[in-house]
Amino acid sequence: MNERELDEMKRLLKEALPPLGEQELQRDLWPDMLRRLPERTVRVPWWDWVLLAAASLLIFFFPGVIPALLYHL
Amino acid sequence: MELLERFAAGDVDAFESLFRQYQGEVCGWILRIVRNRATAEDLTIETFWRMYRARARFDVTRGSCGGWLRRIATNVALDYLRSTKPAVELPENLPASAKPDVVHQSDLRIAIARAIEGLSPRVRTAVMLALIEEEPYEQIAQALGISLNAVKVRVFRGVRILRKELAKAGVHA
Repeated sequence: MNERELDEMKRLLKEALPPLGEQELQRDLWPDMLRRLPERTVRVPWWDWVLLAAASLLIFFFPGVIPALLYHL
Repeated sequence: MELLERFAAGDVDAFESLFRQYQGEVCGWILRIVRNRATAEDLTIETFWRMYRARARFDVTRGSCGGWLRRIATNVALDYLRSTKPAVELPENLPASAKPDVVHQSDLRIAIARAIEGLSPRVRTAVMLALIEEEPYEQIAQALGISLNAVKVRVFRGVRILRKELAKAGVHA
């Protein structure tokens, strides 16, 4: 098979199936992708856990601070 | 932390950024193989899903994930082509009386489309990308995960089969 035959085949193929080239995406596919992904788990930062533990301990050992905490909330 | 590192660590926001950055390129590449927009969009989702599942294996030091994505996209498209039968089944041998001397333009298109559908998915993909879309052979080789010479062999084989099939239909290329 020589170059001329290859070019002729290219021409025939392109006549039947025109090249698509670079095509613009017609819609954002992210919403579809999100449905495939497992549910996002909400990550709680470690510092929030420390604050929660400190508040729990404070309430447990010093119940008298509860009204003061409620007042500030 | 870099976007790719965050993605490899499982950060969904980083994945979203990569998705938005590459979705058009990936969908366009698949479209050039399957030539159907709705299918290309579905396969784009499948490509990114495979990418997401394989994130731990992604080598961040490679820097770009474009080539990696194109490789996954090509495999996804090939799986799709393997799983679907050609729309038009090619007869093994056309009777001599059915060979027209002059084929009309529309008949020519149908004959070529049928001949292409008769190729195996691997050969068909190489032929479509190399001869119709005129993608660089190096890029096709990278996407198919084969050598440059293997791409040339596939294209050569494809052209030989196409010529044979077209000759049966009365078209001489």
